Amino acid sequence: MLNVSEVSKTFFPGTVNERRALDDVNLQLAAGDFVTVIGSNGAGKSTVLNTVAGRITQEKGVVELENRDVSKLKEHQRAAQIGRVFQDPMAGTSPNLTIEQNLSLADRRGYSRGLRLGVTASKRERFAEALKVLELGLEDRLRAKVGLLSGGQRQALSLLMATLSQPKVLLLDEHTAALDPQRAELVTRLTTKIVKEQKLTTLMVTHNMAQALEVGNRLIMMHEGRIILDVSDEEKEKLAPGDLLAEFSKIKGAVVDDKTMLQ
Amino acid sequence: MITALELGLIYALVALGVYLTFRILNFPDLTVDGSFTSGAATAAVLIVNGTDPFLASAAAFVVGALAGLITGLLHTKGNINGLLAGILTMIGLYSINLRIMGGANIPLLGEDTLISGLRDVAGSGWTSVLVLVAMALVFKLIIDWFLHTDSGLALQATGDNEQMITSFAVSTDRMKIIGLMISNGLVGLGGAIVAQFQGFADIGMGIGLILVGLASVIVGQAIFGTRVVMQATLAVVLGAVVYRLAIQFALNVGLNPNDMKLMSAVLVVAALLLPQWKGFQRIAQWRKNRTALDAAGDATLTSEAKTHGEKVR
Ligand SMILES: Nc1ncnc2c1ncn2[C@@H]1O[C@H](COP(=O)(O)OP(=O)(O)OP(=O)(O)O)[C@@H](O)[C@H]1O
Ligand SMILES: [Mg+2]
Repeated sequence: MLNVSEVSKTFFPGTVNERRALDDVNLQLAAGDFVTVIGSNGAGKSTVLNTVAGRITQEKGVVELENRDVSKLKEHQRAAQIGRVFQDPMAGTSPNLTIEQNLSLADRRGYSRGLRLGVTASKRERFAEALKVLELGLEDRLRAKVGLLSGGQRQALSLLMATLSQPKVLLLDEHTAALDPQRAELVTRLTTKIVKEQKLTTLMVTHNMAQALEVGNRLIMMHEGRIILDVSDEEKEKLAPGDLLAEFSKIKGAVVDDKTMLQ
Repeated sequence: MITALELGLIYALVALGVYLTFRILNFPDLTVDGSFTSGAATAAVLIVNGTDPFLASAAAFVVGALAGLITGLLHTKGNINGLLAGILTMIGLYSINLRIMGGANIPLLGEDTLISGLRDVAGSGWTSVLVLVAMALVFKLIIDWFLHTDSGLALQATGDNEQMITSFAVSTDRMKIIGLMISNGLVGLGGAIVAQFQGFADIGMGIGLILVGLASVIVGQAIFGTRVVMQATLAVVLGAVVYRLAIQFALNVGLNPNDMKLMSAVLVVAALLLPQWKGFQRIAQWRKNRTALDAAGDATLTSEAKTHGEKVR
């Protein structure tokens, strides 16, 4: 489904600020794979997602979606098949538009946008139905501007919008990190539910090791632009956060960053 | 008074165009100084050569839209800063406008124009004001409708959150170009009708127009509010009329037409500074609370929601 092969990326090459963010990364996702991604700060997790989405162009290697090379496509062209939720709860929605208008924008992903009304009675009904999944009562506030919602509500809405038109691939970059524990829990629960129902091929970056082990069927660990651990299914189920920490400390100088350890 | 009302309603087209770029796209577009004159020049030349004034005015819209296209391409494909892109087109248009007109001025006296047609049908009293009210409202409603279509929503989101709308497979470059084209098309059409109203097209008629448009948008929205698109566009139309009445008032108390540019500048500065003044903030806060409660429909307005609250549109 998704094939990232031999992808490298260096920021500011040839300057004092040169920074090798990705170093020959290879990653293949089968349809329906739900992969969690962990790693220290600056390991290159976001850069992998950004290269898949086309926000960053790699200097070497190819990105393929369903056996089609998308390396040359622009971000908005790839977005026809890729859904994203960002870390910043403000990033995934349009604050001056209403909830139903935001959903309508998400609903048209991959279709042409012409001069038909964005929100109609039948669409409104469908949107209200979809919103019920969130259990936040947003279905009764279809005409409220999204800027009025709290961060957690906005992030839950972002998730719904990103998955509304069933993308081929879903990219989640620490999408619960900016939320309080309760809201983070809610959004994580919604994520597993939606991914499971739609059988979405998913890449989810997280800083929370327990979460990384709990959800998904496969886990990769990154360090200094490389994938240093890749475990799936039964192997993954046997792992505990302690094992991951041990793995981390094997790498000399790696900063262990796990929010669960602080609690 | 009636003249001021009529002119204000015609300039409402310009204000709606400026609203699309400044407010919806968040793009400070200075092309309008040039495209206004381009529209006037195009229509004047065509009318003098016997073209139907409706067709001539439609052509002015197209020429204005082309000017917007150039600014849009410079900005999106050429990566030129938006302000600079607009200035470049505006300056370039000065020469083009002189070419179109073949001189600095084209008189339209005695020609068949939209305004002469209006005078034949409705005279020059309140009836003609009503006709122009209807015209301004029609354009307002068209824009309201457009902003609620799939394309229009994508346009709004482009000005609101580029990262988000890109992630839903919309080319923000394309939306900006479309927005600039519609905006400058309206401004060109406004120029064409103003030329027919005053009886001539002149190479200098667009100078400072951006301030006229901005003053209308800012003053109108400060007075009449911006809660939803339909209210915001109505505020813009009324703002254009209020602006003309203010100019009329200034003329009546002894300022001369040459002082009007300074007056526009002062008006925009006042409209920008006034909201920062404490007393005004209190009124605005009161109004915002009221509308926020209306919009939310319940009391779930957390402090978080307030800090991330609405950008005034
Ligand atoms: N747009 C950019 N310009 C320059 N350098 C960048 C850019 N994006 C990332 N980098 C650099 O590339 C490296 C990898 O960054 P990346 O954001 O992918 O890390 P990450 O694994 O997501 O880290 P974190 O856990 O902090 O989010 C870092 O050294 C970072 O400074
Ligand atoms: Mg990151």
